[in-house]
Amino acid sequence: MDFPIFHLDFMGNRMLVAVIAILHVVINHGLAVGFIPLVTWLEYKGFVINERRHADGHAWDELARKLMFIGFIITTTVGALTGVGIWFAASLANPASIGSLVRVFYFAWFTEWIVFMLEVVFIMIYFLTWKKSVTSAHSKLRHIRFGLALSIFSWLTMAIIVAILGFMMDPGNWLSKHTLLQGFANPIYLPQLIFRTPVAMMIAGTFILMATLYILKKDSPIKREAVKTVSAWIMRWTPIAAVGAFIYYWQIPRMMIGNLPVAIATQQFQDWYNSLLWVGVFAIAVGFIVSGSGFFFPTRLPRPLMVIPVVVSVLFLGTFERIREFIRKPYVIGNYMYANGLLADDYPLYQQNGLLSESTWSGICTITPENELQAGENVFAISCTRCHTTHGINSIVWNFERMYGAGQPLNPDAMKAYIKQMHNVRTYMPPFPGNDAELDALVAYIIFEQKEPTTLEGAQLRGPSLFGNLDRKVTN
Amino acid sequence: MNMIMQIPVPKDISLPLPLPGGVLMGILIFSFLLHILFINLMLGSTILTFWFQLKGLKDSDYDVLAREIAATITVNKSMGVVLGVAPLLSINVLYTIYFYSANAMTGYAWISIVPWVALAFLLLYLHKYTWDRFAGNRSFHIAILSLPMLSFLVIPFIFLTNINLMLFPERWNEVHGFLSALALPNVFPRYFHFLAASLALTGLFLFIYFGRKTYTPAHAFNRLQQADLQQMMLNLTLGATGSQLIFGPLLFLTLPSKGVSWSLFFVIVGGVVFALAALVLMWRMQVSGNMAINRRFMLIVASLTVTVGFMGTGRHIYRENALRTHKELMAARTKTHQEAAKKAHENLPLPKETQELLSTINPGQELFQSHCAVCHAAATRLVGPPMTEASAIYAANPEALKKWIKAPGRKRPDYPQMTGFPQLTDQQLTDLSAYVLGNKWN
Ligand code: HEC
Ligand code: HEC
Repeated sequence: MDFPIFHLDFMGNRMLVAVIAILHVVINHGLAVGFIPLVTWLEYKGFVINERRHADGHAWDELARKLMFIGFIITTTVGALTGVGIWFAASLANPASIGSLVRVFYFAWFTEWIVFMLEVVFIMIYFLTWKKSVTSAHSKLRHIRFGLALSIFSWLTMAIIVAILGFMMDPGNWLSKHTLLQGFANPIYLPQLIFRTPVAMMIAGTFILMATLYILKKDSPIKREAVKTVSAWIMRWTPIAAVGAFIYYWQIPRMMIGNLPVAIATQQFQDWYNSLLWVGVFAIAVGFIVSGSGFFFPTRLPRPLMVIPVVVSVLFLGTFERIREFIRKPYVIGNYMYANGLLADDYPLYQQNGLLSESTWSGICTITPENELQAGENVFAISCTRCHTTHGINSIVWNFERMYGAGQPLNPDAMKAYIKQMHNVRTYMPPFPGNDAELDALVAYIIFEQKEPTTLEGAQLRGPSLFGNLDRKVTN
Repeated sequence: MNMIMQIPVPKDISLPLPLPGGVLMGILIFSFLLHILFINLMLGSTILTFWFQLKGLKDSDYDVLAREIAATITVNKSMGVVLGVAPLLSINVLYTIYFYSANAMTGYAWISIVPWVALAFLLLYLHKYTWDRFAGNRSFHIAILSLPMLSFLVIPFIFLTNINLMLFPERWNEVHGFLSALALPNVFPRYFHFLAASLALTGLFLFIYFGRKTYTPAHAFNRLQQADLQQMMLNLTLGATGSQLIFGPLLFLTLPSKGVSWSLFFVIVGGVVFALAALVLMWRMQVSGNMAINRRFMLIVASLTVTVGFMGTGRHIYRENALRTHKELMAARTKTHQEAAKKAHENLPLPKETQELLSTINPGQELFQSHCAVCHAAATRLVGPPMTEASAIYAANPEALKKWIKAPGRKRPDYPQMTGFPQLTDQQLTDLSAYVLGNKWN
């Protein structure tokens, strides 16, 4: 409406945000929250062993350092950039809502930034002071204490960020409950934390197990013991992860009913929810098998196969993480702004005067047979593209064909009737914002798209104006 | 209409700012300078590393020097990135419409920053940690570094283009993608100004870094002394700051006039005065050959800091000036829009009328019209089966019908799945099923 419309007509804008966000979560959980405690633990083992067998103690310390090297490299590159990238992507995908949310949540995001920054700084300190720390027992011990403090800090960072997320998932309440503490009271908060903590430990364990097998030479004297230690770590956290996953699984529908009744309605949600159990059981089983074999046959683990537990545990976290995708609501800010970026208060105006004449970038005031397709495209761009593409992911044509039969010519009257009521039928969609002429144009456009698929380019290619993409007449 | 097409005036976000505008601007200027300081050091040190490594092909002392400089990049680049979030947040709040519009118009380039910088950082690490491994193949080692260096030289264009583009809404309609936005006036002079600043600041930073009393190089030099290193860095700062005497005026003179004002002029001149003072002091230091980090040196640092402060403020004044008219237009448009929106509410039928209208209809029928009729017709197949067929199934069993509506199952293979309606209350379900079962379909 007021912003030039960035649009990815194949992958969809939401997918862009989701990919970056999930990558960030996996790195944060697997290479920081769960990773640092285990590295510190290995470093500590080296310190204890060092007193009896100096060479072995040193080997343990080296192992821990090399592991931390990997964590350090990835968190300060891909980890940090995806953290910032969530911002970039979200504000491209939906500038009006991020622009409003940033006013509402300025302090929350500022806080999030400060803990994020401190975490990166502490990780750098921990790794970059490692080589100096081996000079004396005293400085080694101090380094280990720092590692412990960092472990606690990264866990707290996660705890705070989960709260902020929880608060933002329910922004309808921001007016009445104007405090961040509300995030901690969210019914999903504790289950999330109980789930994320052991899963982070478990994922990090699988990362470290794989890395250890590659770092240590075949004849390393500590290999047996190190593999056993890491396997025991995974083995301890796996059952806790199973309990956490189950609590979360059990809590989701209850939370959704209270909070977001609509998500339940989608078929996708049901499919996802059913698959949670299987993914969970599978991941836990793999966790047990791998850690069990690592524990009892530490010298016989085949290195290449160790990618399996890594992939499975990432999948495990990723599957649960998808819940955010289901937190779809017609509003981004309860009763204030719809997910298409339009204000609820502006609806009557748009429905009376027309959406296009009020929009900054359309340039169409009256719809004529000549500009009808173009107008329809503009209406689609403004009111549907934040969630739909023409022919890509969540394609509008496919969605209608699914209802009325694939390959069948679409029936304009049925479509109009549907769109007028779409917010009642699919409660996560906002109501149609335009007037009747615009509805006709939109439907004509969708039918045209069914017959002659044409890509809808975003402002990143065609410029801000919505003018002049489709100046063809409907031919039928 | 054509007017609108020429100077588009969007409506503003109508929520209040989270803090007074002045405070946010203070946060923005300060946090931006902090962020750009580390970015300058990251870029400058990468260029220097590259340069000295090239020289190191002939004289191994320079390879050692390159390695010493490379060691500083790790921390500076990470700080640069994480410190970028605070100014990003603040500019998002203050200039929402302008900044996000510019982002959208350069969308692919803008989002490419994320993977591109991550990759450049990874290559930078690869370079840093393979110094010994590629001792026998320096050219290859240098080639690795050239990739992040080129990236760091190119990526600022994306930021500058955005920051520049947001200032000129009257030209947005000419923009079709990143390259055409890059071609708007002033991106290139800004770029060279930034590049020279990066080298100057890096020189100053490394002067102090190498001049510390506790400084011991991790790898021994053959010939170069601490004072030599400092001398080189001072030269660099001197030269780069001096070159701003060309790039600075070039930037100022090519600024589109709409944002230039006397206040801007005086702030810039103020900055220039301090820069000149620093130049003179550096020149005298250079001539004297005394490289101690003493009070005189601190005076140089202080003058340059003041210059940077002035320039950062000037940048902000220009932005405010350039956008003033458009902001006023936008405020006016937002206001008329809000009034129009209010009027539109008054045109809506009064709640009482709607109520009366509703009470004449059966509530179940009303619900059916808004929730079911889009898919169910009386006697023909629409999306779902005709109601003649559907209602017959539940003729004597309203409870089962209610259950179906709430959470439908999967029955007919040639139909799609029906949507569930868990949001309906029990009363609504009762009304609905009474209507469905009671109505004469056909
Ligand atoms: C807030 C995001 C959002 C907006 C805005 C939105 N939709 Fe949807 N729409 C969805 C989602 C999510 C689905 C479900 C897709 C699925 O189940 O796979 C959907 C499904 C649909 C369906 C299929 C419904 C069914 O019963 O199977 C149609 C038709 C549709 N949308 C049309 C539109 C039109 C037309 C617009 C613009 C006027 C629009 N949508 C705007 C999110 C949105
Ligand atoms: C998005 C389209 C859609 C909407 C909206 C919809 N239905 Fe359906 N309905 C269907 C489809 C498709 C079927 C067939 C499902 C099947 O057989 O798997 C169906 C089947 C039914 C049946 C037959 C059930 C059976 O046991 O065979 C009933 C009764 C019914 N719908 C009632 C309703 C009511 C009442 C509403 C409004 C609250 C409603 N439907 C809204 C699409 C819809």
